[in-house]
Amino acid sequence: MEKVYSRTTGIREDMVNGFCPGCMHSTIIKLIGEVLDEMDIMDKAVGVLGIGCCGLHMEYMTYDNTTAPHGRACAVATGIKRANPDSLVYTYQGDGDFASIGLGESVSAANRGENITVIFVNNGIYGMTGGQMAPTTLFGMKASTAPKGRIAEEHGYPMHMCEILNQLTAPAYLERTSCNTPANVMKTKKAIRKAFENQLNGKGFSMVEIISNCPTNWGVEPLDSLTFIEEKMLPEYPLGVIRDK
Amino acid sequence: MARVFMKGCEAIAEAAVRAGCRFFAGYPITPQNEIPEYFARRMPEVGGIFVQGESEVASINMVYGAGSTGTRSMTSSSSCGISLKSEGISYCASARIPMVFANISRGGPGVGSIHPAQQDYLQATKASGNGGFEMLVFAPSTVQEAIDMTYNAFEYAQRDRNPVLILCDGVIGTMMEPVKLPEMKTDEEVAAFKEGNKEWACIGHGKDVKRSWIEPGHWRGQEDANIEAAAMYETWDKDVQVEEYLVEDAQIVIAAYGISARVAKSAIDILRKEGIKVGLIRPITVHPFPYHSFEKLDYSRVKAILDVEMSIPAQLIYDVKLGVNNRCPIETCLRSGGQIMSRDAVLDAVRKLNEK
Amino acid sequence: METNLCVAGFGGQGVMTLGKFLAEATCDSTDKNVTFFPSYGAEQRGGTANCFVVISDEMVGAPLGDVMDDLIVMNEPSLDRFIGTLKEGGTLFVNSSIVKGEITRKDAKVVSAPVTELALELGNAKVLNVIMLGIYIGYTEVVSLEVVWGTIEHKLGKKPKLLPLNKEAFEKGLAIGRSQR
Ligand SMILES: Cc1ncc(C[n+]2csc(CCOP(=O)(O)OP(=O)(O)O)c2C)c(N)n1
Ligand code: SF4
Ligand SMILES: [Mg+2]
Repeated sequence: MEKVYSRTTGIREDMVNGFCPGCMHSTIIKLIGEVLDEMDIMDKAVGVLGIGCCGLHMEYMTYDNTTAPHGRACAVATGIKRANPDSLVYTYQGDGDFASIGLGESVSAANRGENITVIFVNNGIYGMTGGQMAPTTLFGMKASTAPKGRIAEEHGYPMHMCEILNQLTAPAYLERTSCNTPANVMKTKKAIRKAFENQLNGKGFSMVEIISNCPTNWGVEPLDSLTFIEEKMLPEYPLGVIRDK
Repeated sequence: MARVFMKGCEAIAEAAVRAGCRFFAGYPITPQNEIPEYFARRMPEVGGIFVQGESEVASINMVYGAGSTGTRSMTSSSSCGISLKSEGISYCASARIPMVFANISRGGPGVGSIHPAQQDYLQATKASGNGGFEMLVFAPSTVQEAIDMTYNAFEYAQRDRNPVLILCDGVIGTMMEPVKLPEMKTDEEVAAFKEGNKEWACIGHGKDVKRSWIEPGHWRGQEDANIEAAAMYETWDKDVQVEEYLVEDAQIVIAAYGISARVAKSAIDILRKEGIKVGLIRPITVHPFPYHSFEKLDYSRVKAILDVEMSIPAQLIYDVKLGVNNRCPIETCLRSGGQIMSRDAVLDAVRKLNEK
Repeated sequence: METNLCVAGFGGQGVMTLGKFLAEATCDSTDKNVTFFPSYGAEQRGGTANCFVVISDEMVGAPLGDVMDDLIVMNEPSLDRFIGTLKEGGTLFVNSSIVKGEITRKDAKVVSAPVTELALELGNAKVLNVIMLGIYIGYTEVVSLEVVWGTIEHKLGKKPKLLPLNKEAFEKGLAIGRSQR
């Protein structure tokens, strides 16, 4: 019988991942592993994990990784990539990490056209710390630190990182995807692959923003979180290629 | 080798290059700007990397990343910039990343003054970040010493897989004096340093080899990691360095480090000619501290200790007190906020003590 | 023997270069200890610049002494600021083109020359510091003139066109310095 699917070698078999049931972080991690396998670059890969739920899988990755201080993943990745250009260096960051505390490091790395890949997991909330408001939280979306939901006058507007970075000249590739449907999962995988290929080809800064979920802190069942993405998240964060140089 | 005339900051940078440093990231702040500026010119000549980070926070984290690849890496800043770096320093200490950094310190607290000071002593020696880690901290009092310390710092950092701090005041950083430069590590040696770190370096080991896991969080056993680090710190007694100058018969002993010690030493030469029996204990490593030099003093002879430093309130004095342990009075001679210690101030203070 | 020198003036008058030439020449060609300590940062931008040179047979303690053996002032504010640091009977070198006020310190030996005008006469206002360095060396001989000139020559290596002008400036200074001894 022909083998049409096998588990990525990027994930250990003897460990259970730390994500909540139904959390898309699991899917995204798996996709990254699969792309590394398919491109046969697992032996070059270095993951730089942000602080947040994105760090919950570090124990079950089989390849090199490090954890950056909260928000500094792009700076740490810059150091690794410049000191060791042969490595395939990507950051894996949540929205609090990438767009709030790390905004300076993120924009600056993008503006330098740093030859790294950013996997930016936007779930509109601070997952790890228990559902506080993020820069990406939607209007009306409740958070533990915004009990009445996001209000423009008080909290400003949801931040669109792809569009913000698209104002810069340097970035090579910016795409927003999601993992809410099988078709979107495949698109996400393709985008990750493209971003890694860009890096191998020395094209510079690439980012895939993945609209993700947080059933736990959104307070919804995993299945309902998919509806929420479709109905609320995607209208605010439309999918597609924003930049492809 | 012929002596060359060099500025402290540039000398530190050149010493680092010669020690095999091939990655530097920093952010402008007076009085250490000549360090990043020098690296910006010099690194391309030796195949090294210079990055001007967007902030001190970013720079130290770039060094954390570069150090994680096993590349000899360095950053520098001054006082309030060092505070911003404390996050990354603590991460390096936790993940056991070898790296060297220099604080060309200025007045404080806050933005303080751009002029030389020694107001970061407690931060440097006791807590350069959260979590109770320790570092070897060297305090040069000449440009030559700054060179030698920086050169050797990379070896200590490598040996311990731990950050090493050069605590240098703005005087030593900005002054020029004749120096002799150490030997340049060859490209082969530099490559070998990195190769030697391969086992733990985070460069891509793939799934089949023992994975490198730079683990600042020690999610699985933080206490174990603390115990391991503490055991390493315990081995540092052998690394304590101190200069004792004319202490054997001294009735007054000056305690000072860095530029203040240098100024004090020149005062001692004058005072000795006046017949005043005064000496100097100069910690060269300010951490670990040479407590023994103070413990072993004959307190039936020593009338008083004079703590000389460019910090108000005094900071070095806490370590001096531990060594002296109430066996004689400790007086102070202090400047602060960017005012440089003067020989006259030390002369006056010692003469007054001597009359008592 | 230890000589403490302070050089002070407007930014742009080349006081740092003057101090550095002297210190570097001492380093290159003698066994003496020498330090150069510049003022820096905002202070420099405020329009005044000053630096300290210590030349000594012994180890140099403070690179910035309390008392100056020699003081070179290129403008009025520098005179006011530093005259108090000159030791009893010390030597004061003044740029009399700019410093017009009376010198109140009667104990001081005063060597004065209109170096700004002299530089203009040579066709380049910028060489006033080289003239002043010449005066200082001619008067004090703290380091040999060959050594100092060698350093200037070396430093100007990249701009050989400027050498004749600087040589003229340096020699003019030397002559003035010697004549006032
Ligand atoms: C300097 C610092 N501040 C705060 C925290 C606490 N903290 C941990 S994770 C996190 C937010 C993570 O949110 P996000 O980046 O959106 O990731 P998610 O958990 O949603 O995937 C915060 C604030 C920290 N670890 N470090
Ligand atoms: S808290 Fe939210 S983001 Fe974190 S693992 Fe659980 S579901 Fe995923
Ligand atoms: Mg989030």
